[in-house]
Amino acid sequence: MTTMPVRRRRWRNTAVGWSFLLPNFAGFVILTLVPVGLLFYYAFTEWDVFGGATWTGLDNFRQMARDTSFWTALTNTFYYSVFHIPLTLGVSLALALLLNKKLRGVAFFRTVAFFPYITSIVAIAQIWNMLLSPGFGPVNEVLRWIGVDNPPGWTTSADWSMPAVILVGTWRDMGYYMLLFLAGLQTIPAQLHEAALVDGANPWQRFLAVTLPGLRPTTFFVTVLITINSFKVFDVILVMTDGGPGQSTLVLSQYIFQKGFEENQFGYASAVSIVLFAICFLVTIIQFVVNKRRSE
Amino acid sequence: MTTLLAVKEDPVKIDVPVRRPSRAWRVLGYLALGVASVGVLLPFYWMVMSSLKTNNEVFTVPVQWIATDPVWSNYAEIWRKSDMTTWLGNTVFLAAVVTFLQVLTGSFAAYGFAKIRFPGRDVLFLAYIGTLAVPWASYMVPQFVMMTKLQLTDTLWSIVALQAFGALGVFMMKQFYETIPDELLDAARIDGMNEYGIYRRIMLPLSVPALASLALITLVTTWNDYLGPLLYLRSPDLWTIQIGLKSFIGQYNAEYALIMTGSVLSVLPVVVIFLAGQRYFVEGVATTGLKG
Repeated sequence: MTTMPVRRRRWRNTAVGWSFLLPNFAGFVILTLVPVGLLFYYAFTEWDVFGGATWTGLDNFRQMARDTSFWTALTNTFYYSVFHIPLTLGVSLALALLLNKKLRGVAFFRTVAFFPYITSIVAIAQIWNMLLSPGFGPVNEVLRWIGVDNPPGWTTSADWSMPAVILVGTWRDMGYYMLLFLAGLQTIPAQLHEAALVDGANPWQRFLAVTLPGLRPTTFFVTVLITINSFKVFDVILVMTDGGPGQSTLVLSQYIFQKGFEENQFGYASAVSIVLFAICFLVTIIQFVVNKRRSE
Repeated sequence: MTTLLAVKEDPVKIDVPVRRPSRAWRVLGYLALGVASVGVLLPFYWMVMSSLKTNNEVFTVPVQWIATDPVWSNYAEIWRKSDMTTWLGNTVFLAAVVTFLQVLTGSFAAYGFAKIRFPGRDVLFLAYIGTLAVPWASYMVPQFVMMTKLQLTDTLWSIVALQAFGALGVFMMKQFYETIPDELLDAARIDGMNEYGIYRRIMLPLSVPALASLALITLVTTWNDYLGPLLYLRSPDLWTIQIGLKSFIGQYNAEYALIMTGSVLSVLPVVVIFLAGQRYFVEGVATTGLKG
């Protein structure tokens, strides 16, 4: 091997390297990379099922600016995210802190907390729709029992459908992020806690001075993940409320789905897709910049 | 993007708690643990109980927490009223093919990314990871156009194509391969083994736990996928369990007990798989932290 000329070896490495990537890469290019690229072309075209794409410049975006359904979907996406992000972050961190204690039953709960995450969304949506059913559902029954005279209509009410979806979204995701936090907590050296204890720090002070700083990389990572996952919320809404009642839970992903696959407006759907793409992209960039500034 | 990989270093060792808390904290801790467990488990419990009730018993005031006279016949009836056999068959087929391809192509590509140096490799990997952050909904329309051109729509192969070449497998396996020292491979190279031999005889046997993690995660994801089949599988004889269950719910929307029976059947295989391979599953999730 050492006798081979450098250039030939590099060429050989490239060929061998590519041969390893190729089976996966071919599928990846055709089904992910090319579609992501095409998106930026389709968005500037008018295209329905009949005939091909016609270049129309910014027309789709002008149409979007006047499209009240689009603005509703955009607002609802933010509504969902603004509540879902902190709620999931808080609950999963709290659960992880709890599981990091030496308590019996911790292993059991770690398993159980993962159940919602591995359960199909169709089943989850159906269970919760029934649990939250306004007239006879167990949730409202319990609420009435503890003295709430007029419990919410949940998914049948335009005001309560979004909170219901946020609740189910958090319930479903918390076990997953809890696990990521737990992995982060394990990397904090126990000596740091001991030292803080010797210095007379109370649990809250230790949490602020040891746990949170030690957990910073994990918290950042989890926040990025939750944020992207919140803005792209899709299946839980499609199955639980189908955007309703009215348009009270219509979100961007679902609006793309409606435009693209129910009304066959591929061009316009792609333009809306660009907005969703841009939001996720921008939010991620901002988080990276903020994180970098803070760690300096 | 590199900071996205921040959590990777330490494949979780979850059982090393910091220290023994005081008694008051312990009581509080158990209380919280109890409340959380009930919060997570109660919906599942309710599902199982409802699947064993008659229709009228599902919604009663007050809630009937135990099915006093379990209606096991629900589990026979759903097979008569629905196309459960077809749905399960399709789903099993998809889960098996997708998992096999994802593990194979994913680990193969990961070896190229982790252990062979060549120009452009790192940029390419960045493109892989970058797309993990792009919402599927934002490129599902152009993707559908591609599938139509390949004449894959309304065939089971569309779902295979959709799921089998994901970046997740490559990413996960690469993380693992990087923990294997290069010296080991160099020794094999000096002995005259070529790269494909090294992959097959050294890397694959060493990476069985990581392969198991990837296989389990892929299996569960494919089993549970709703959106892919919804877009691509239009003919009823191609439906998966998720699509089938959803259509069953639409068709028999007042058959509450049967709907819950169907839900139990759709969840059960995944729960069994999860419990059997829990260790690998948890490790896989903690090492990647990237999914969906």
